[in-house]
Amino acid sequence: MPDNRDMPRITELDVNGISRRVKASPERSLLSVLRDDLDLTGAKYGCGEGQCGACTVLLDGEAVRSCITPVSQAAGKRIITIEGLEREGQLHPLQEAFIETGAMQCGYCTPGMIMSGVSLLGRNARPSDAEIVHGMQGNICRCGTYPRIVAAVRMASLGTKSTRRPS
Amino acid sequence: MTAELTRRDFLTALGGGMVVLCLAEAADAQESGRRAHSGDAHPREISAWLHVGEDGAVTVYTGKTEVGQNIRTSLTQAVAEELHAPVSSIRLLMADTDLTPYDMGTFGSRTTPSMAPELRKAAAAARQALIGIAAAKWKVDKSAVQVSEGKVFCAGHSAGFGELTRGQQLVETIGSELTLTPAAEWKVAGRSIPKVNARDFVTGKHRYTPDLKRPDMLYGKVLRPTAFGAKLASFDDSAVRQMPGVTVVREGDFAAVAAPDAASAERALAALQGQWKAEPQPSDRELFAYFKTNAEPAEDRQTRGSIEHGMAEADRKLSETYSVAYIAHVPLEPRAALAEWNGEKLTVWTGTQRPFGVRSELAAALNIPEERVRVIVPDTGSGYGGKHSGEAALEAARLAKAAGKPVQVVWTREEEFTWAYLRPAGVIEISSGARNDGTITAWEFHNYNSGSSAIQGTYEIPNQRIAFHPAKTPLRQGSYRGLAATANHFARESHIDEMAHALGIDPLEFRLRNLKNERQRAVLVAAAEKFGWGKQKVAQGHGCGLSLGFEKGSYLATCAEVSVEGGRPKIVRVVEAFECGAVVNPDHLRNQVEGAIVMAIGGALFEQIRFDNGRILNPKLSQYRVPRFADVPMIETVLVNRKDLPSAGAGETPIVGPAPAVANAIFRATGKRLRSMPLTL
Repeated sequence: MPDNRDMPRITELDVNGISRRVKASPERSLLSVLRDDLDLTGAKYGCGEGQCGACTVLLDGEAVRSCITPVSQAAGKRIITIEGLEREGQLHPLQEAFIETGAMQCGYCTPGMIMSGVSLLGRNARPSDAEIVHGMQGNICRCGTYPRIVAAVRMASLGTKSTRRPS
Repeated sequence: MTAELTRRDFLTALGGGMVVLCLAEAADAQESGRRAHSGDAHPREISAWLHVGEDGAVTVYTGKTEVGQNIRTSLTQAVAEELHAPVSSIRLLMADTDLTPYDMGTFGSRTTPSMAPELRKAAAAARQALIGIAAAKWKVDKSAVQVSEGKVFCAGHSAGFGELTRGQQLVETIGSELTLTPAAEWKVAGRSIPKVNARDFVTGKHRYTPDLKRPDMLYGKVLRPTAFGAKLASFDDSAVRQMPGVTVVREGDFAAVAAPDAASAERALAALQGQWKAEPQPSDRELFAYFKTNAEPAEDRQTRGSIEHGMAEADRKLSETYSVAYIAHVPLEPRAALAEWNGEKLTVWTGTQRPFGVRSELAAALNIPEERVRVIVPDTGSGYGGKHSGEAALEAARLAKAAGKPVQVVWTREEEFTWAYLRPAGVIEISSGARNDGTITAWEFHNYNSGSSAIQGTYEIPNQRIAFHPAKTPLRQGSYRGLAATANHFARESHIDEMAHALGIDPLEFRLRNLKNERQRAVLVAAAEKFGWGKQKVAQGHGCGLSLGFEKGSYLATCAEVSVEGGRPKIVRVVEAFECGAVVNPDHLRNQVEGAIVMAIGGALFEQIRFDNGRILNPKLSQYRVPRFADVPMIETVLVNRKDLPSAGAGETPIVGPAPAVANAIFRATGKRLRSMPLTL
């Protein structure tokens, strides 16, 4: 039975700008350490094979699937989770845009969607709709709110809050 | 328990103020089996209630569950509308079997047509009562008192709700004389407002069941059989018994472990030795023949005139067979539960559409009275009809009992694909006849296994026989968004298209010739106009198709444009017109229609559960394709708002339109008629 409990443990992680003490076997998934050990449950389990993107977090600004990322790969890097986007009560523009465009139904995919979107906007501040679709292709919204998510990323990229749809 | 005693209990429990009880209509009460029930904290005649506390806080109690259909928002709007209070001042307490009234479950698009009117009445009664208190206090006539923005006022006086309910012990029931605000005069309902707790979702703060933790909580894992129906022939847990902190449970064919952390639980599960014995079972290759040979006697759903007579009158006759595959709901939050025993009392947090049903399941399986079981449903990561049952709840409860500690069980995606239930597969046979002038004279429709929802259709046909044939199913099946309405619409609307083609009549014109229902005609015309049916130039390799439908009080029509390149259909554009009476929240309705269209693309083009000999062959997202960003066409929705008609629910029916419209478009693009979902060339 593979058991790496004798390997050196990961003892420190830089999460949302704070150094956090942990005691984790290096092969454990980053997702399980964030959720179970640090109680940061914004990143979700959806598939366990990196297919749905619900577990997406940022490592040094880049979106990764934390369910298939060993925690050892995150050590020494800046980890940002959905809980780390809000600054002094101010939501990130993409979080605002998700509310503004109503880009969710059940909301389970939302944290992963937002983290993928933040990463995309970090690489490309003014993505076209086609680039948004391409950049977000690894995230699944089973409720099917994709057109609204595209609109939310577009809104955040333009830095303009559109007026709410007329009723 | 007398009603009076119950009423006093309410206020004691709620801490004074005012409570308005919604009494379910007598007919409704019978229909939903609201008989007296030992496990209920409250009599089943009460379907919901609204409490105005001594601090003025408004709390509404309902057994409905929020699974992404945004009823927490639409119900709040309904209450705000009648109470004349801001949306932000109203809180909904939902789906907690100890705190909320009995509810059969959140399914069948029933919340908007049944629960919303009750809450509106409760809110209107509460407003009347507040006016009464204020009028007495200020010694003015009730007609001089008004409520607006959560304030009660008349000339020279003004008070918040709390100032009026303080020191009160009021129990109101809803009088029959109440009049509700007509939809044409709605101020809060009928408008687009954002999801009420949206901020909790975009910040990751909302806790779904898998996000919950309790002190000393263990993580549970279940030993799964190697095939459906397999029996645990031998079992050895000796390797696990030496692992510190690990609990093992074996009861019959149920074997599971719980450990202080997830990795230990997985190690323990891997160390369990079990031998399973299973019977040989059919595969997907023989499925449709299997349904036909394992069908039970037909249940007639419509017989009118004579098929023989109708066929004799026909100039053209058609006979075709259609089929749909088993598909999975794939809720992004898999089944999960957290169970905790406090002495003899069991509390379970779980994502389900039927909290009271799961409570019954738990009580029966654990052989304890229902009043010792509490089920709490956090707003859940979707259901789509797939979360009616309490498998994970029972697994967690058994483990927690054995361990003497709270236990959480979160299913893996593979478990969710394999051990939940599926949308039924089915075979549909249709024979029809029509005259050259486009009048349908005969319609014979047989559905094997998939179900009878929306089996009848809205066409005017003098001679009909429509029957549902239940059959043995090799896989576990259950409800799915829209039930069999998707399969029945796919077959019917594909066949109608085939008839139109055989007669050389435009598919829109052919449908209109055979329809009288004005609401059905209106959505069809609305969709065709928006789409530009028959008016646009269709590109090479493209085709356009349409479909119409009716189910659960809603009418729809869908137009689709499809391109076919390299043998693969791609949906370019979808227009869906939808009418569900008076629209409660236009943006959330549009969200439901758009989302259902996207979900429908999966069933139409690629979703299919493969299986062989009691095993699912594609139980992973890397093997089972669901719609992604790049699959989404240009989507336009036309909401036909009928303020003169009661609001119907809309979480399900919009899903039935795309598959037949797309199949019909593929035919126009390629000349190939695809009669099996998913549609593959």
